[in-house]
Amino acid sequence: MNELEQTQQTTPVTENPWQALRRYTAARIAQGRTGVSLPTSALLAFQMDHASARDAVHTALQIEPLTEELYSAGYQTIQLHSRARDRTEYLQRPDLGRRLDMRSVKQLQQYRQKHPDSVRVALVIADGLSSLAVQNHAVAMAGSVLSRLANRGLSIAPVTIVTQGRVAVGDEVAELLGAELLILLVGERPGLSSPDSLGIYYTYQPSVGLTDARRNCISNVRPAGMSIEAASEKLIWLIDESIRLECSGVSLKDQSVSAAKIHGKKNFLLPE
Amino acid sequence: MTVYSSTAGQQRWQFADLKELLAKATPLRSGDCLAGLAAGSARQRVAAQMALADLPLKTFLHEQVIPPEVDEVSRLIIDSHDPVAFAPVSHLTVGDFRNWLLSDAADSASLKRLAMGLTPEMVAAVSKLMRVQDLILVASKCRNETAFRNSLGGKGVLSTRLQPNHPVDDPAGVAASILDGLMYGSGDAVIGINPASDNYTAVTDLLKMLDDIINHYGIPTQSCVLTHVTNQIEAINRGVPIDLVFQSIAGTQAANESFGINLALLGEANQAARELQRGSVGNNVMYFETGQGSALSANAHHGVDQQTCEVRAYAVARHFDPLLVNTVVGFIGPEYLYDGKQIIRAGLEDHFCGKLLGLPMGCDICYTNHAEADQDDMDMLLTQMAVAGINFIMGIPGGDDIMLNYQTTSFHDALYIREVLGLRPAPEFDHWLQQAGITQPSGRLAERMPETFSNLLKSL
Repeated sequence: MNELEQTQQTTPVTENPWQALRRYTAARIAQGRTGVSLPTSALLAFQMDHASARDAVHTALQIEPLTEELYSAGYQTIQLHSRARDRTEYLQRPDLGRRLDMRSVKQLQQYRQKHPDSVRVALVIADGLSSLAVQNHAVAMAGSVLSRLANRGLSIAPVTIVTQGRVAVGDEVAELLGAELLILLVGERPGLSSPDSLGIYYTYQPSVGLTDARRNCISNVRPAGMSIEAASEKLIWLIDESIRLECSGVSLKDQSVSAAKIHGKKNFLLPE
Repeated sequence: MTVYSSTAGQQRWQFADLKELLAKATPLRSGDCLAGLAAGSARQRVAAQMALADLPLKTFLHEQVIPPEVDEVSRLIIDSHDPVAFAPVSHLTVGDFRNWLLSDAADSASLKRLAMGLTPEMVAAVSKLMRVQDLILVASKCRNETAFRNSLGGKGVLSTRLQPNHPVDDPAGVAASILDGLMYGSGDAVIGINPASDNYTAVTDLLKMLDDIINHYGIPTQSCVLTHVTNQIEAINRGVPIDLVFQSIAGTQAANESFGINLALLGEANQAARELQRGSVGNNVMYFETGQGSALSANAHHGVDQQTCEVRAYAVARHFDPLLVNTVVGFIGPEYLYDGKQIIRAGLEDHFCGKLLGLPMGCDICYTNHAEADQDDMDMLLTQMAVAGINFIMGIPGGDDIMLNYQTTSFHDALYIREVLGLRPAPEFDHWLQQAGITQPSGRLAERMPETFSNLLKSL
C-alpha cells in the first residue's frame, strides 16, 4: 500500500473504547474526537436534537385529549388561562404566566360559590415549557397520586389545567379553591435528550406571593428519567410529612428512600 | 435625594436617584425591560452613561441603592469597605475610573490591592460604560488564585468543573460521565453533581461515592454535591465527607431569603467545612453560584437593575473566601437574557466585576432551549472568556445536561480553548493526568485509554 492509499483509508477520528458505558446513561459520553473536536456525525446529531427542542418549545398544548383522558379516569376538569396571551408573551413575561387571567379567576370564584365546602387537595396542570411532557405524562401522574390520596380520605378539587402557566400560578388556583395541599404538574424546560420531562411542585398551605423556599420539587419525571411510580411514592411521602410537620419547602427535608436506591446500578469505578 | 443629570446637544436628561441612573445606563437586556427599569430609548441609555461617567466614585459610599436598614447585603457592603485600599482611586469619577483601569497603572498587583476598596455598585457602574474589549482587557489583568487540593486561577491555567449529572442520580450513570470527563482531562476545579432531588440519603450517597473515587485514584481535586446549604451542614454534622459547600446566592437579603439562606447560615457552613481541614494545598471551601435575574425572579430586587444586583451577590461571595464562584449566565432564560448577544455581554460583565472584586470567577457558559441562542454563541463566549482569563468553566459530556435540561460547555470545548490559547489544567491535576497516562507531557490526550481504566470495562 502506498502512502496516498494509507492516508485515504485511515480516519482522523479517535474512537473512545468506553462506548459500553452508554447503557448506564443517556449522557453524550464516548463520542470520540478528531483532534480535540467533535466528529462530524456527533456534531450534526447534536444540532438535530437542538432543532427538535426548539420546535418543541413552541408546540401548543392540546387540551381536549387531556380533559377526555382525565374524564375517563374519573376526574372533573376546569380549564384556565394565565395572563400571558400567547407563547411569545409567555416567554418574555414570566410575571404574567404566574397569575390567572380575570376570566379564570371568575370561573374559580363561581365554582367556589357553588361548592363552598373546603377541600384538602388541588392538583393543577400547567403547560410550562414543554406541552409534550404534559401531553404524555400528566394524566398518568395525576391518576397515580390522586387515587392514593383519595384512599387516605382526602377531599380533592377538580383538576385544573392552566395554559401558558408557570409554577406559581398554582398558588392562586389553590387559594381560590380553598385547598390546603397543592400539587402542580408542569412541563419542564426541554433538554436535548428530554423534550418531555414533567416537573412536580408540592406546597403546603399555598398562597399568592410565596417564594420557592416553600415548595418541594420532584424533577425529571419521564420514561428515561424518574418513573411515575417512583415520583408518586416520593410525593406521597412529602405530603404525609408536610401534614405531620405543617410545612413544606426547605424546612421539610426529603428523607424518603431515594430513587437511585431502588433502581440504582453499582458504580463500576470502585472495587467491590 | 440627589437628582443626576446630563446634557447632550439641546436635551437635558434627569435621573431621579442612583438606582435609576444605574438601571438606565445598563446595556439592553430583557430582564430590565421585564422589571420596567430599562432605558426608554437608546439615547436615554447613553445619556445615563454620560451622567454616570461624571459621578464621583465616592458617591457610592454615601448613597445606597438598597437601604442598609432593610438589607443585610447593603450592611455587609458598607461594613466591609476598606478606605485605605480605596484611596488610590477615591478621587476619580466613574468615567475616569474606566480610564484608570485600562491604563498601565492598573496591573495585577495594584488591582489586587484595590479589590477590598471597591463596592459592588462602583464596579457595576464602571462596567456599564465598558465595551466587550474593555471587560476582557481589565479582567485579564486580574489574578485571583485559590486552593484546596490543587491550585486554581494561576496564569495560563483554565480549569473545569466536571458535572456528571444524571436524571435519577444513578451511581453507574454518574460514574460513566465521570470516567468520560477524566479521560478528556476534565475535573480540576471540582467534580460537582447537581443531584436530581434534595433527598438527604441520595445526596450523602453521592458525596461518599465522589470521595471514594477521588481517594481511590488519588485525584488532586475536590468534590461537591449541589444541594441546599442546610443539607450540607447536616451532612457535616453526621460525619459525611464534604470538601466544598455549595450554595446559590443573590445580591439582596430578600432574594437570599427566597433561597432559604442568610449571611449567618453561610458563615456557619463555611466554618463547619473549614474545620474539617480536608484541603491539602489550601482551605477555600465555598462554591457559590450566581446569575443575573435571580433577585428579580424572586421579586426581591428593590427596583435595582439585574446586573447591579448580580454584582452585589459577589460581595456576599467574597465575605467567605470561596474556592469557586460560578455565574450561571444563560440558565435563567430569555425573560432575563433574551438572546446570544445579551448572554455574551452579561457573562463578560459578571466575569469582569467578580474579578475586580477579587473573586475566583468561573462561568457556566450556557443557554436553554427557549432562548434565542445556539452553539455558535457559546463558542464566542467561551473564546472571549478564556482570553479574559476565566478561572474555570463547566465540562459535561457533549455539552448536554440530561438532568438540568440545558446546554453548557463540553469536555471537547475545554480542550479546544486550551489548545488555541495554550492553557493547561491546574498544575497538580495536570501532573496527575500525565501520571495516569491520560495526557502526554505536551498536554495532548494520549492515543490509548490507560489500562487502569480500560480494565474496568472488562468486568462490566
